[in-house]
Amino acid sequence: MKRIYLDHAATTPVDPEVVEVMIPYLTETFGNPSSIYAEGRAAKKSIEKARQQIATAINADSREIYFTASGSEADNWAIKGIAMKNKAKGKHIITSQIEHHAVLHSCEYLEKQGFEVTYLPVDEVGLISLEDLKNAIRDDTILVSIMFANNEIGTIEPIKEIGKIVKEKGIVFHTDAVQALGNIPVDVKDLNVDLLSLSAHKIYGPKGIGVLYIKKGLPIDNLIHGGAQERKKRAGTENTAEIMAFGKAAEIASEHLEENMTHMKTLRDQLIEGVLGKIPLARLNGHPEKRLPGNANFCFAYIEGESILLSLDVIGIAGSSGSACTSGSLDPSHVLLAIGLPAGVAHGSLRLTIGKSTTPEDIDYVVNNLVEIIQRLRDMSPIDADHPIDAAVFDKADHHHH
Amino acid sequence: MEYTDVVMENFTCPKHVGEIEDANGVGQVGSPACGDIMKIFLKINDNGIIENASFKTFGCGAAVASSSMATDMIIGKSIEEAGKLKNSDVVDALGGLPDVKIHCSVLAAEAIQAAIQDYKNKKA
Repeated sequence: MKRIYLDHAATTPVDPEVVEVMIPYLTETFGNPSSIYAEGRAAKKSIEKARQQIATAINADSREIYFTASGSEADNWAIKGIAMKNKAKGKHIITSQIEHHAVLHSCEYLEKQGFEVTYLPVDEVGLISLEDLKNAIRDDTILVSIMFANNEIGTIEPIKEIGKIVKEKGIVFHTDAVQALGNIPVDVKDLNVDLLSLSAHKIYGPKGIGVLYIKKGLPIDNLIHGGAQERKKRAGTENTAEIMAFGKAAEIASEHLEENMTHMKTLRDQLIEGVLGKIPLARLNGHPEKRLPGNANFCFAYIEGESILLSLDVIGIAGSSGSACTSGSLDPSHVLLAIGLPAGVAHGSLRLTIGKSTTPEDIDYVVNNLVEIIQRLRDMSPIDADHPIDAAVFDKADHHHH
Repeated sequence: MEYTDVVMENFTCPKHVGEIEDANGVGQVGSPACGDIMKIFLKINDNGIIENASFKTFGCGAAVASSSMATDMIIGKSIEEAGKLKNSDVVDALGGLPDVKIHCSVLAAEAIQAAIQDYKNKKA
């Protein structure tokens, strides 16, 4: 059976061109970049080429690019590194309720260390309010971290405007741009950011390699201590092959950004129109326009997300959901709750994210099958307009098996 | 997390889906943990034997499969026997469930008990 992969926000297949660039660094140019002999020097030189490719992709200087083992590490480093560096100046951090867990859980960890964190709310389409941000800034605010584009609902935050406000106050500004790179233009100078997180596997590169952009001259504590790699800021022998892969993936992503955006946007709109037009009681989550070109996120009343995913998987379609049943934690997505959806509705969410290889035929196949799947699951559901969720049924069950 | 083939069969082609028009025992329970809701319909004869059972479920694959399996297991049984159905019996019949999904099988057993109680209340 043909598989239709519509979970590009989760991860992407590695581009064959990227694989080709990567392989020699696993076999021939395997030297430790810190070594003085030819094998080491060759590896070191290559890494600097990749660093430049990434710098070019985000309009930075190559000396502002620091390789990490993941986007999560980059987020952890940015937040903990700035907090520790500035703890004498202040203990207040501002972020949003819809950040990736790498940011949220880093902030929660810092709260336990005595920092105070403001989690800005978002409106019904997932945007933070600039007024809320201004009101939240205090004399002791040391860091603002707001994501560029949300991984679940695709909403793009006004990073440039946020950057302007934060810069005027002299506060450090970090943005998690893991979902943005390769999907929308990312220009660190235009955005007024001090720190920016990236990850290779969202842009047709391999898993296990990320980047933290650190604006030149910005003081930050180290997260990973050890050797003198990455200008003494991030220890650990360089992952040469994956660094090379990330460089190539970033280069391809920026060279083809315009055409990829148009391709994804066209198919995304075809998908959204198809689903909203053919399936009753379906809603689009996230901003109708200010959203990632490949992201579609829906809620279907009266049914549950995991059963949608399983039904799609059986017929060859890969998607994801913010349902409690797929999170492993039994809680529905914090993002869907933050945009104001009741838990019962957040339960029935479906995220489909389009990629380079997605075709209009794929979208037709998905829409047509989704119509049947949603109907089948609704026929099976005890809830409908005449039988809304009765909170009393939850009292009859006395188990809380978490 | 992976479901057994039996779970997937019971999810993709569930047995006994829908309402029984002349059901004389109906039970609905929900899981406060994850928000799943299960409704069981029973047709019980004068000898206290379950002649037919069906379900409607709002929930994940495990919840649907547990409903399908549990209703299948109690048809033809007396209400005394059906009332004793344990969630572990349902899990075993499904060839196992992932740990985080065990609560779905508990819901099935509780919904059956609620339906039997409804029958008894109506009779009393």
